[in-house]
Formats: sequence, C-alpha cells, structure tokens
Amino acid sequence: MSVAEGAARPIGARQPIPHQVSTEPFDPASIERLTPGQERYYLASQWRMMWWRFRRHRLAVVSAAILIVMYAAILISEPLAPYDLHSRNIDFIYAPPQRVHFIHDGEFIGPFVYPFDYELNMENLQRTYTPDTNRPQPLRFFCSGDTYRFWGWIEASFHFVCPPEDGTLFFFGTDRLGRDMLSRIIYGARISLTIGLLGVSVSFLLGVIIGGLAGYHGGWVDNVSQRLIEVLRSLPHVPLWLALSAILPVTWSPILVYFGITIILGLLDWTGLARAVRSKLLALREEDFCVAAQLMGASPRRIIARHLLPSFASHLIASVTLSVPTMILGETALSFLGLGLRAPITSWGVLLNEAQNINVVALYPWLMLPVAPVILVVLAFNFMGDGLRDAADPYK
Amino acid sequence: MLGYLVRRILSMVPTLLITSALIFIIIQAPPGDYLSTYIAELESQGEAVDQEKIGFIRAQYGLDQPLYVQYLKWIGGLVQGDLGYSFEYSLPVNEVVGDRLSLTAIVSLATILFVWIVSFPIGVYSATHQYGVFDYLLTFIGFLGLAVPSFLLALVLLYFAHVQFGVSIGGLMDPGYIDQPWTWGKLQSVLAHLWVPVVVIGTSGTAGMIRRLRANLLDELQKQYYVTARAKGLPGWRALIKYPLRMSLNPFVSDIGSLLPEVVSGAVLVSVVMSLPTTGPMLLDALRSQDMYLAGSFLMFLAVLTVIGVFLSDILLAMLDPRIRLSGGATK
Repeated sequence: MSVAEGAARPIGARQPIPHQVSTEPFDPASIERLTPGQERYYLASQWRMMWWRFRRHRLAVVSAAILIVMYAAILISEPLAPYDLHSRNIDFIYAPPQRVHFIHDGEFIGPFVYPFDYELNMENLQRTYTPDTNRPQPLRFFCSGDTYRFWGWIEASFHFVCPPEDGTLFFFGTDRLGRDMLSRIIYGARISLTIGLLGVSVSFLLGVIIGGLAGYHGGWVDNVSQRLIEVLRSLPHVPLWLALSAILPVTWSPILVYFGITIILGLLDWTGLARAVRSKLLALREEDFCVAAQLMGASPRRIIARHLLPSFASHLIASVTLSVPTMILGETALSFLGLGLRAPITSWGVLLNEAQNINVVALYPWLMLPVAPVILVVLAFNFMGDGLRDAADPYK
Repeated sequence: MLGYLVRRILSMVPTLLITSALIFIIIQAPPGDYLSTYIAELESQGEAVDQEKIGFIRAQYGLDQPLYVQYLKWIGGLVQGDLGYSFEYSLPVNEVVGDRLSLTAIVSLATILFVWIVSFPIGVYSATHQYGVFDYLLTFIGFLGLAVPSFLLALVLLYFAHVQFGVSIGGLMDPGYIDQPWTWGKLQSVLAHLWVPVVVIGTSGTAGMIRRLRANLLDELQKQYYVTARAKGLPGWRALIKYPLRMSLNPFVSDIGSLLPEVVSGAVLVSVVMSLPTTGPMLLDALRSQDMYLAGSFLMFLAVLTVIGVFLSDILLAMLDPRIRLSGGATK
C-alpha cells in the first residue's frame, strides 16, 4: 500500500492538532491520588459499606425504624398506655372502639370523644353502646390517671394520654372484663417482642456451637449433627411445640413458663443456622488465614470464635433477623391454643386467645386487633432481614 | 439409580429410629403418666378405683417396667402396625385414629396441590414482569400471607364462608353426612368445606413458594443461554418454556420435603380452630391428658409421612435434574 493512497483518505484533510505542552510540574502519582470523595468510597470499612448498601433498600430502612420505635415503646409501656393493664371498667364490657373527633357542631375544639350510652337489648341480650353526640369530652394529655408501678418498681400515675374526666377512652374497644384493648396491646408488646429475641438467642447459640463444631471438626461429630438436623427438619414444628409445651408443669410461675416457651421455640429453630454455619466453616477452614492460626497454635475454640465466625458475621445477623418472625408467630400460635403463655401474662397471643370463637368475628371484631401489631412486626422483620441479607456481602 | 434408591431407603431407618426415640422422650417427659392422673382424678371425686383393672393395664402396657423396655415394646408394636392403646378412649389407637388419618392426608394433599396450582402461574408472572405493578402487588400479598397468623385467617374465612355461602361452621362436611357412607352429596359437601382449611393452611406455603420460584426464574432469565435464545429470535414465550421454566421447577419438587412438615403443622393448628375431624384436635387432647400412646403414635405417623415425602421428593428430583449427584460423600 502506497503512501499516496493513505494521504488521499479524508483523515489527512483534518486540521493538525496544535502542539501543546502543559507548564504545570509533572506529578507521577497523579493517577493514583484519590479525591476525598473517592477516598471515602474506596477506603470505607466493611460495616460502612454494608450500611450504604442497606440504606438503598428503602423498605428495609423504614422497617428498621418501625422496629426501633416499637422496641423503644416497650421501655415506657406504662405511661404510654392510657389505662393500667388490669384496670377493669365493669360498666363498659365489650364496648366498641371510640372514635376521636376534632370538630363539634362545626367548631374545632381539639381532640375529644363522645361518651357512650349503654343499653341492654332485651331481645338478644346484646349490649349496645351509642355515642352521645351532645357531650364532647376533651382528652387530657400529659396527665395523671391510673396508678402503676413503672417496671414493677416506681409508683407513678403519669400518662401521655388519659381518658377525659368522668369519661372513657377506648381507642380499640374493651374485652369481656371491660379492659382497654389498646393498653393491653401496648403491655403485650413487652412479652411478644422480647420472646422472639430470647428464642432467637437460644437458637443462635445452639446453631453456632453445633454448626461450628460440625463444620470445623468434620468426621463423626459432623455425621451425628447432620443426622440430628435432618430429623428435626423433617418433623412438623407445631405438633412438636405442642408436645414440648405440654411438658411445662402447670404449677410453674408465669415467668418460668415464659422462659420455658422461649427455650422450646429456640430448641427447634437452630437447624437452619447450624447448616449455614457448617457449610461456611467447611469452606473457610481451608483458607490460609485459618491454617496460619492453626500453625501458630490457636485452640479450635479461638479459631472458630475469633477467625472463622467474624468472617461471615453479617450473614449470621441477617439469618437471625429472618427467624425472629417465626418465633413471634410461634408464640402467638401456642398461646392462642392455650398451651403457651397463660392469663396473668399478657402477650399478643394471649390476647388473641379471647378471639378464638367465631362469635367474636361476628359480634366483637375489635378483639382481633392484637393481630395488627403481629402482622406489622412480622412484616417489618422480614423486610429488614431482606435488606440485611442484601447488604451482608457489600463487595458483591 | 438402583443403588441410590437402596441407599436412600436404608438411610431412612436411622432417621426414623432417632425420631421415634425423640418422640418417646417427649411424650414421656411430663411427670406421671395417664394412669396416675386418672387415679388421682377418680379419687378426688370420691369414686372407688378398681385396682385390679389399673394393675392389669399397667402390666399389659408395661408401664411398670423401665423406660427402655417400654420404648422397645412401643417401637416393636409400631413396626408390626400396632400403634398401642389409647387410655382415654379405651380403644386400640388404630381404631381411634383410622378415619382421622385419612382426612388429614386428604387435607394435606389438597393443600399441596393448591400451593402448586396457585404459586406456579403467579411466580412465573412475577418473574417475567419484574417490578411491574402486579409484581409489586403480588409480592406484597405474598408477604402478607407469610405474616398473618393462620388461625386468625381461618376464623375470618370461616365467618365469611358462612355469611356468603351458607357453609356450616366447623367440620369437614355438613353434620348430616357424618358417619354416613360416601356418596356424591357427601363428596360435594366435603369439597364445599375443604376450601377454607386448604386456603388457610396453604397461604404461607404459597407465599414462600412464589418468592422462591420468582428468585430462581429471575436468576435463570439473566443467564447467557436465555439471552442467546432470545437473540436468535426465539419468541419470548417459547424461550421461557423451553429451558428456564424447567430449571425453576426444581423447587416445586424439592420443596415437598419442607412443605410437608409445614402443611401438617398448619393442619394441626387450623383444624383445632375449625374443629375439623382431622388429627389436630385429637393430638391436643391427647397431649393434655397424657394419653401417651395416642400422642406418640400420632407424632410418629406425622414424622413417617414427612420422611416419606422427603424421600419421594429426592427421588423425583434425581430423575428431573441430571446434575444432582447420586453418589454419597461429604460436600466440601
């Protein structure tokens, strides 16, 4: 190919680029140097990256916020609830939820309720409550109402919201003893929300220890634990829960029963976690850092706890979060059947126990309201767990 | 394949043995036994206790012997098809349980079919229309299905079925058909009652299945073979059915193993609420009154049912998916 041909190409017709030399001093490291923004990004720790990843999952962040609020609320159940847990209003049995109004006779007078007029329908003996719309009763805020013992210790009577003077305030209606459902739901959160956490910590301990031993040692330890896991996984959980909670003696105090139930819930749940831990350890124990630790004479316990487990801690957290809702639903189901927690203790399952009858659905549907927080919490844990699982491996 | 079958069947034996021991320990764990509770109850009512009869029962069922002998007797009977003796009903467990077991099996089977039929089209639709309006809606309903306690759903549906369709409350058939021979009318009545428990028990399983199917199918749809197939001009529907759909069928089969315990659990819970003549309410009573052979044999039956379910799903999976290794050995 000749030069003349090349010169004939349209490229040759372009203007030559003006010769240019930068006068700035040459810095050989200029490519490697990072802007502050880049530096923040590239040098971020693993946990920071996980947080960035988690933040992108909007639903998970909202769920986490909801859960934080709910767990914070159980710290101050007493002032939060308008009534005390046990206060009964014998004049208002099976009262329907009261609505909060703001405008009376076309005039804004702040939040208030209308008192109930009670009437017994002599034909079917049904209690009918009709709001008396002539007498608005304004709510009281930051007031003193039913006395209670804060965390069983400090006697106080401060509430954020109180029923009006000589009036009632049943946002969610009352039950068969005239107890305020809202207050009972708020108190029940204490038990229902913590039972999941306690149960999960039992199953977490079992899962990490058994899975860790099986994965690290292999051999017969592995075989035995695998068999056991297989058996437990193939058994239907609810009948086993029933059988196990039938073991708890009737004479036990409510607090003991509470701990018994958490252990029962945890006892059947560890298998999934143990499997995950085992399969991770099987792969990780061959890694160089593990061999190095072995050569330096670290004990198996130290290697598992200090070197192996932290390398997939984030996965553990995510899977633990996802198993909390199972526990909460399990407690609800057990208490609903009357084999879980019993009456003096108030959990959402115990409250739902009252809604066992089809009549409730027909006549007093507000007794089913405790299911709303159950659904909310279970959904929130599921979404947050999803977000955590996505964020668990930020390098992907 | 034959070797695999034999190995797989043999491996069920130790599993069932451990299970039976576990169950025996659990039903033995409450202090005392049925007879001592029974005697105490009679005495508290001031009635005479027929010591001879008690002694006879105690000896016949080996309640006076050490635990391991009791266990061996029980397990020996189980192998021969003798489920033991129900103290409360004063009948052999076989006779107490018989009819209820078949109804439990019917409900469980119908539930699994329901899960499959509902979750398959929804899962495929969700995956092919990812982030569409319906995908979001269905995903949300799925999450809701996981979160609503089944017993409450049962109550509400029961009420709804009664108000809307006039289905009698509770039971699996109209009261008139109980203890009647099977007829067309009875079958219809059972079908009219069956849908509530099936929907209730199947909801959480369906929700889980949809999520898994969607995730699996989404993974497959991003793979190169699918992209290639589409690039070569295979119409979307055909390309979908030909390969990725088959791949995503695996969870349907492999999940029988995990679905069965879930379905049986749900059945127990829901049947108590709905007072179905299945085994749930009976189990609850047996556990409360320490009727240990009734409870134990029943738990054992559920365990056998699930172990066989897992076995079947393993075999099916091995036939469906050639990548599944048939040889044993540790995975590493």
